[in-house]
Amino acid sequence: MSSVLEVKNVEKYYGNKSNLTKAIDNISFKVDDGEFVGIMGASGSGKTTLLNCISTIDRVTAGNIIINNEDITKLKGNKLNKFRREELGFIFQDFNLLDTLNCYENIALALTIQKINTKEIEKRVIEVAKKLEIIDILKKYPYQISGGQKQRVASARAIITNPKLVLADEPTGALDSKSARQLLESFEHLNQEFNATILMVTHDAFTASYADRIIFIKDGKIFNEIIKGNDTRKEFFEKIIEVQTLLGGDLNDVI
Amino acid sequence: MLFKLSIKNMKKSFKDYAIYFLTLVLGVAIFYMFNSLDSQQAMINVTSSTREMIKLMIRMLELVSVFVAIVLGLLIVYANNFLINRRKKEFGIYMTLGMGRRQISKIILFETVLVGILSLIAGIVIGIFASQFMSVLVAKLFQADLTKFEFVFSKDACIKTCIYFAVMYFAVMIFNTITISRYKLINLLTAIKKNEKVKIKNPVISIIVFLISVVLIGWAYWIVTAKVNTLDTIDKIIPPIIMGVIGTILFFWSLSGFIIKVIQARKKIYLKGTNMFVLRQLNNKINTTVISMSVICIMLFLTISILSSSLSMRNTMEKDLVEMTPVDINLYKSANLPESSVDRYGNEITYTKEQIEDSEHPITYTLEKYNYDINNFKEIEEVIVYATNDLTWRDSFGSSYEEIKALFPGLLYDNAETIIKISDYNRIAKLYNLDEYTLEDDEYIVLCDFKSMKEIRDKALQNGNKTITLNGKEYHSKYDECKSGYIYMSTSHVNTGIILVPDSCNLKEEWKEQYVLAANYNANTKEEKQKIDEDFSNNTSELVKAITDDGIELDGMTKNAIIESSVGIATTVVFIAIYLGLVFLIASAAILALKQLTESSDNKQRYIILRKIGCDEKMINKSLFSQIAIFFMLPLVLAIIHSIFGINFAISLLSGLASSEELIPSIIATVIIIGVIYGAYFIATYIGSKNIIKEE
Repeated sequence: MSSVLEVKNVEKYYGNKSNLTKAIDNISFKVDDGEFVGIMGASGSGKTTLLNCISTIDRVTAGNIIINNEDITKLKGNKLNKFRREELGFIFQDFNLLDTLNCYENIALALTIQKINTKEIEKRVIEVAKKLEIIDILKKYPYQISGGQKQRVASARAIITNPKLVLADEPTGALDSKSARQLLESFEHLNQEFNATILMVTHDAFTASYADRIIFIKDGKIFNEIIKGNDTRKEFFEKIIEVQTLLGGDLNDVI
Repeated sequence: MLFKLSIKNMKKSFKDYAIYFLTLVLGVAIFYMFNSLDSQQAMINVTSSTREMIKLMIRMLELVSVFVAIVLGLLIVYANNFLINRRKKEFGIYMTLGMGRRQISKIILFETVLVGILSLIAGIVIGIFASQFMSVLVAKLFQADLTKFEFVFSKDACIKTCIYFAVMYFAVMIFNTITISRYKLINLLTAIKKNEKVKIKNPVISIIVFLISVVLIGWAYWIVTAKVNTLDTIDKIIPPIIMGVIGTILFFWSLSGFIIKVIQARKKIYLKGTNMFVLRQLNNKINTTVISMSVICIMLFLTISILSSSLSMRNTMEKDLVEMTPVDINLYKSANLPESSVDRYGNEITYTKEQIEDSEHPITYTLEKYNYDINNFKEIEEVIVYATNDLTWRDSFGSSYEEIKALFPGLLYDNAETIIKISDYNRIAKLYNLDEYTLEDDEYIVLCDFKSMKEIRDKALQNGNKTITLNGKEYHSKYDECKSGYIYMSTSHVNTGIILVPDSCNLKEEWKEQYVLAANYNANTKEEKQKIDEDFSNNTSELVKAITDDGIELDGMTKNAIIESSVGIATTVVFIAIYLGLVFLIASAAILALKQLTESSDNKQRYIILRKIGCDEKMINKSLFSQIAIFFMLPLVLAIIHSIFGINFAISLLSGLASSEELIPSIIATVIIIGVIYGAYFIATYIGSKNIIKEE
């Protein structure tokens, strides 16, 4: 399988010479086409920084990030925007829906800014709304629907452009457990049916258990990596908890 | 410590303060400029009566200044309130740190005082420089020579400006303290997070309301144009004004809903780029700003109408003046006084023997009797004006009377017509350089140049009412329209009608109404002419005093007096118009700008989202630009449409004083003034908003 994302020796420093913080310290990994990868870590471990670098919102200090054979660390200005618009899809913890637009318009906006023709837009919005079971709420405004529905609308917006890679930042962070489960099932569905490649950042073990592979990050470095393989979700979940316990701290840290 | 905090705050929130500060400075500068006129007149070489005129104008401007101060005061309170609301979170943090409300009030007090002092100084400095241009303008408008250029500083105006603005800032301070004391900590801290509730209007209701608003506005337009003749009393103008205002409010209330419905139907436009976002933003914005949009629209409407019609009025008056003052002096005196008569209020008036005796002689006789040197005059022409109740307006209108009365119930139909013999008129006409006329023995001509009266008379003549009867003999109108001409000099074309009859016409002795004398001065220089003027001025002249003491009423009008009063009135109107126009304009532009800036910072999150889903800066700036442009253009466009009808109405109201031909240059001048100020606020708002939504 070809790799959609390749992160090569990425480093990201904050601060100045006298007080340097290494948010990401030499991380490398690959994500293959159609994979559902989770990134886990405690807060402050650098997982969001990594996601920001991959999503072109932030720039790396060193190393390369290659998405679909294009080195995004070398892109600039409008090319970067175009790349972000066409090759990436985003799902955020706080949904980031425009409150003045109704759900249909929120989803369509991702296409209109790509100057796609009107008929195509309508067709695709309906199609994706059916898949995510939000066809009934398309006419509603974000303040009229639940958090779970909002996140599904946001997901629809993220995948409607057929991006090479969908980036999800704590997508279940603002949801109750029932909505979270529904959303994750949608993700699974998108991953399997649409063959969407998803990279999801989370600190929640249950959320992570829906992924095929999980990369653990601690203090800016890759700490561990586990693959679901043929395990059931319950088994995989237990494995995650085990790693998390390890991740929780070395015995040496406790005085 | 608090003081330091205030200064730091100001530096930090300079972006927010920029527009507020700009508005204050402009307000102060304009206020100073228009109140410093009295010290500027000193440098202008004008006659004493013009000086009186300028004094009157300054008095008027002083009164208008009070009104202006109220408008500016409200604007400042409003703008300041905006700024305070923007900083709720900051105050919330101060409060969690243990700062009391009083201390917060103190911080704001420092800031208000600081901004106040800075804007006062900047405004007055700008005002002082701008007022130098004002003196050139004053000199030009009063047709005076600017003897020498002198730098003027008006201490009075400076002190007055300081006092007025100090009072305004004081009001702001009180207002702020009240606002702060009503804050609750929890609201302050969560203020920023609180999402503006998105109000969605029922599109069907929007469309219905939109149609109602269009009907209301259309009805108001119809009344002030097509039905303008029915507006003969001042109270009848109130309903169309109220309809117009309500229509405007409903228009803005329903406009966005209506537009969105229309554009949504055109998917190609709606689903293109960020159009959808822009429209929804506008929809949301206009929904929350209906009242301020309407107020701005009405203020802009007033600005455009006042500026254009007053400038046009001045230009027309100036043009008319040259035409209407062909000789140096007109004198008139009653002829053929009876022993007693009844005035129009029903009081009986008796006349003395001297009065009656004098009324049997022409004006030249009276002048000589009082030993006036008639050689001061040259080219004297004197005529007798006749009038009789046998020939009133009603009689001239003939069968058209009922029809005309239905249209103009207010006309004085029992007015006796003014009658002059043709040869008498031709003598005057020759002196005035007007058209002379000829008549057959059974013909007459109507002279009339007052526009609305001419229309009425023409109508009557064209309807076939061309015959009048005088002393038993019938006369027929030579033409089927009124001809131009007049005998009394005046500021503009106000001759409502003179009937010219052939010399053979048997006019009765008792119909003699008035002697009218027209003459030029036997003088060459301006000073000599002024000296003769003074012989006939009420205040200074021995001659006039002697004549009046004997009860003889010798009236007159000199060329100079007409010019001075006319120029004075026109200029006063223009000055007040510019003053009010500028203040209204600044107020509207400032409110729009502040609204837009707050809007931009409240909506920052939305632009961040746009950026996250892949909009580039160019797209975002374009969408921001269209939003601000539409936001600024909407009230302006409606105001311009309002003004087309408003100016039309003003012209028909000022019939004769303003004309549509003189309107084009006035409108161009107005467009330039509005374009510059409105445009400056627009650009400042766009740049400010762009900075606000920029990513850190």
